[in-house]
Amino acid sequence: MKPAPFAFVRPRSLEEALEVLGAHPDAKVLAGGQSLVPLLTMRLAAPAMLVDINAVPDLDRISCDDDGVRIGALVRHAALLRDEDAARTQPLLRLALSHVAHPTIRNRGTTVGSIVHADAAAEMPAVLALLGGSVEVASVRGRRTIEAADLFAGPLESTLAHDEIAVSAWFPALRPGERVGFAEIARRHGDYAMCGVAALVGPERTRVAYLSVEEVPTIVDLTGVAPDDVGEAALAHLDPQPDIHATAAYRSQLVRVLTRRVLEQAA
Amino acid sequence: MTTKLFGTKVPRVEDDRLLRGQGRYVGDVFSGQDALHAAVLRSPHAHARILDIDVEPVLDVEGVVAVYTYDDLEDAMGEPLPLLIPHPTLTHGRTQYALAKDEVNYAGEAVAFVVATDRYVAEDAVARIRVRYEPLPAVVGIAASRAAEHLVHDDVPGNVGARMEQHNGDAPAEIAKAPHTLTLDLDVERSACTPLEGRGVAARWDPDQQRLQVWSSTQTATGVRAAVAAKLGLDLRAVDVITPDVGGGFGVKINHPWPEELLVPLAAMRLGRPVSYVEDRREHFVASAHERAQVQHIEVGFDDEGRLLGLDVMFWHDHGAYTPYGLIVPIITSTQLLGPYKPRAYRVVFESIYTNTVIVTPYRGAGRPQGVYAMERTMDAIAAYLGKDRTEVRAVNFIQPDEFPYEHGLVFQDGRPLTYDSGDYPASLEKIKQLVGWDEFPQYRKEMAAQGRRVGIGLACYVEGTGVGPYEGAHVHIETSGKVKVATGLTSQGQGHQTVFAQLVADELGVRFEDVEVVTGDTRRMPYAVGTFASRAAVMSGSAIHLAAKRAKEKALRIAAEALEADVDDLEITDGVVSVKGAPGASISLGTVAVLSNPLRYAFDEASKSATQFAVGDPDKPPVAPGEEPGLEGKDFYSPERSTFASGMHAVIVETDPDTAEITILKYAVVHDCGHLINPMIVEGQIHGGVAQGVGGALYERMVYDENGQLQNASFMDFLMPYVSEVPETIDIDHLETPSPLNPLGIKGAGEAGVIPSAALFASAIEDAEGIEITAMPISPSDLFTLREEHR
Ligand SMILES: Cc1cc2nc3c(=O)[nH]c(=O)nc-3n(C[C@H](O)[C@H](O)[C@H](O)COP(=O)(O)OP(=O)(O)OC[C@H]3O[C@@H](n4cnc5c(N)ncnc54)[C@H](O)[C@@H]3O)c2cc1C
Repeated sequence: MKPAPFAFVRPRSLEEALEVLGAHPDAKVLAGGQSLVPLLTMRLAAPAMLVDINAVPDLDRISCDDDGVRIGALVRHAALLRDEDAARTQPLLRLALSHVAHPTIRNRGTTVGSIVHADAAAEMPAVLALLGGSVEVASVRGRRTIEAADLFAGPLESTLAHDEIAVSAWFPALRPGERVGFAEIARRHGDYAMCGVAALVGPERTRVAYLSVEEVPTIVDLTGVAPDDVGEAALAHLDPQPDIHATAAYRSQLVRVLTRRVLEQAA
Repeated sequence: MTTKLFGTKVPRVEDDRLLRGQGRYVGDVFSGQDALHAAVLRSPHAHARILDIDVEPVLDVEGVVAVYTYDDLEDAMGEPLPLLIPHPTLTHGRTQYALAKDEVNYAGEAVAFVVATDRYVAEDAVARIRVRYEPLPAVVGIAASRAAEHLVHDDVPGNVGARMEQHNGDAPAEIAKAPHTLTLDLDVERSACTPLEGRGVAARWDPDQQRLQVWSSTQTATGVRAAVAAKLGLDLRAVDVITPDVGGGFGVKINHPWPEELLVPLAAMRLGRPVSYVEDRREHFVASAHERAQVQHIEVGFDDEGRLLGLDVMFWHDHGAYTPYGLIVPIITSTQLLGPYKPRAYRVVFESIYTNTVIVTPYRGAGRPQGVYAMERTMDAIAAYLGKDRTEVRAVNFIQPDEFPYEHGLVFQDGRPLTYDSGDYPASLEKIKQLVGWDEFPQYRKEMAAQGRRVGIGLACYVEGTGVGPYEGAHVHIETSGKVKVATGLTSQGQGHQTVFAQLVADELGVRFEDVEVVTGDTRRMPYAVGTFASRAAVMSGSAIHLAAKRAKEKALRIAAEALEADVDDLEITDGVVSVKGAPGASISLGTVAVLSNPLRYAFDEASKSATQFAVGDPDKPPVAPGEEPGLEGKDFYSPERSTFASGMHAVIVETDPDTAEITILKYAVVHDCGHLINPMIVEGQIHGGVAQGVGGALYERMVYDENGQLQNASFMDFLMPYVSEVPETIDIDHLETPSPLNPLGIKGAGEAGVIPSAALFASAIEDAEGIEITAMPISPSDLFTLREEHR
């Protein structure tokens, strides 16, 4: 469990990081390392170079305004979880983050890293998708904003180009009249969930996000569905997959139960 | 008088060092030194013929020092690894080679061995070795093995390594004439020990002295020493095996020699440089050992009270690809299955069968969890059938306190009669009912049901043969400083041996606890020993240490009596000082006694002056009296005629979520009888750890093999060892102390107890909550949900 050889650079500015990344097609960004390092040690990934962005200044900021919460690429899960302004502006962040891994991992792992890592079992990609947030990315070619709806391409696959660094993510604020809910069931406390559900209930629309059910975070619109029918209505849009911890039927059951529970929470 | 430490909660002396990160493990042995590091190329196939191994691409990798394949092994190293415990019924035992010869039989089997300047380079090199395999059909799981459509080993018909039968009375005849009969078919899956420190070995060859030193993360230093000497063609005296701190064993490290335990010393000798190997987590999953998988078929006949008239058990034990540890696990299942009960007639037949999966060797409990599961599921089924309380059916079958020693008419794992030495099962049952609130439970169930909550209660009883032989020894040495150095040969993996053994010595010698230092698992200090397994350390080494301390004390008193001109019977030792009872001032310290015990020609300090030739001794007598030896030491061995049988009962209340099928533990209670408790805190710690491991085995852990023999969850991400958040926050423990008549301390083993009844226990409680028969363990929420769907 030792990684294959790689070169390591630790740029002191975003520009430098982007240049190195642009010049090395087989380089990978290292943020909190909580997903990448295990992949390296198990030799499931063997990039020729790691571009460690931890020394890039100003990426660890959390800023909140009436519109939403913006977090820099180096904001750790733990920092965002603690942040009172963020919790007030968009309560779903704290609700969901408390389910992300364990405290030690939250202390290093970054929320932006989790989003661009695009694990369908991760909480924060589903949250970003549900809220309709976005990610701002930069490369030597310039900057662009990727809407959540366009971000998740497949399992562990986001639409960032190889030479792009996600510099921040933006989560829209909770608007008046809106309520949120979050619930998940994991085999052990802090594990990736077998099924997780986040809900955003507004005066006009009821939207629900599912993690660990399909290969990407999935959003289902349940506007106007009667409370007793929400589970089945959601399943009509979903194709729950089996794995070694849950059969497809069991996962469907969790969809039913958790959909009802989060919508009650958000009622 | 020095207060007696036996029976008190003396804090563990180990903890300060271990908790501060000052433990010294195999991985630390050569730290900071210029040692070489090894990595192993392992078979990616569960079953394949090796056509060709090409190591060429590795030879020019910078930093690679050596690459070995089977062709590089000579003499005994080229023979299969030892079959440690042969048995007449193990007619088709097979063991692997240190490096695969021409066939691999499980994914993970060692194929090539690379030594390099560091582990990184060694792994790079391993990735470059090219092996051409011809894949063969893999036999995975008990059903496939029994079907024997494909064979694991060509020369083992039906994949059956052993078939063994034992009986007492005529069970089929008893069942035939019994008023009631039942049949059960049960399943238990694989799990594993998974200590946090995996296997590891380091070795250094001293060419000047022609001496090999080996450090291994093992449960038997003497076993490894004998194996290394035999395999490498060395005299036993030329090999030292030292066990540093070991980060957990739980059974897996009693198997030996592992291929790496031979290859590392071999490389150290050939290369003339220190070599070390520490396996990684993935390797531990695919290349060490698993346990527990069995399929069981039970037929039972009983009377109206639920009394067992005939019990007829057949089971199939999946032992994986090889049988280095013989039949110990299934023999334990087949004998310990009986627990605290006395069926009128019993027959058990097992087949120990091959699969193309990781080998099976004892894991804490070692076959007992499966036996208890078979027996306790049967008890629950009888109670359900008769509409009786589960505790009543158990009670009518108990061996009674006045029936000890109780002979079962079977042969136990040590080749000796299965004879229980002592116990009080009715008293245990009363205690456990109290502790868990058995009689109040129906009311509680009603209250919970009113809130829409579903709860169940379970109970499981076990008897555990502990302290198996053949022997352990101890050496106690009182130094001239008055400090006491103790050595025993078996090894420690965190149990607290240093603490309890020091308690015994301090009590017996009358010295301060702080002045006793205990060394375990170092063949330089105690070359005769067996190992740490079968809950035997306290019973075996504890007894030996007690006896050795007694000898040292007798000698101390003899010498002191002469020095004080008093009678031995008038002496007592307190805080390391020998004094004449009732004569203040007439005293001599044990340190001085040690000086006197060793008549000197040369003085080296103030104290030793008094032992030199012009200072002491009757000029008319030999300085060392006939029959005496110089030095204040005691050495003794303890070798009991048979095992001592501890027992216990666990009870649990669980809640099952009607919607999500999640299983939550609401209350966990343990009544435990291991005879006299040397240190109740350490016994309780063992129970806590065992219960945690049992919860893992019952509700979380399994080895998920696909049909090709690939382990799907070979990491701590997917192999669900419980976190602290998954084990009960409190475990209510009550002790019963039924002393063993077999050893001087009246003690029984306690190391494995906590894990033994778990599968049976949770099956019982979940069945009670759900009203669905539970026949397969472990059980996950997804499994429970599937069962509910099947029973709708
Ligand atoms: C035991 C354990 C349990 C866990 N449980 C959970 C859980 O329950 N839920 C959950 O959501 N997560 C869980 N995680 C993952 C954790 O949340 C990680 O922090 C997260 O997935 C990745 O963040 P990171 O900063 O560590 O990214 P890294 O590991 O550094 O990188 C991950 C990937 O994203 C890329 N990347 C990272 N940052 C950027 C960036 N700014 N721009 C471009 N690319 C980037 C990297 O190149 C890499 O490919 C767990 C991790 C562990 C070890």
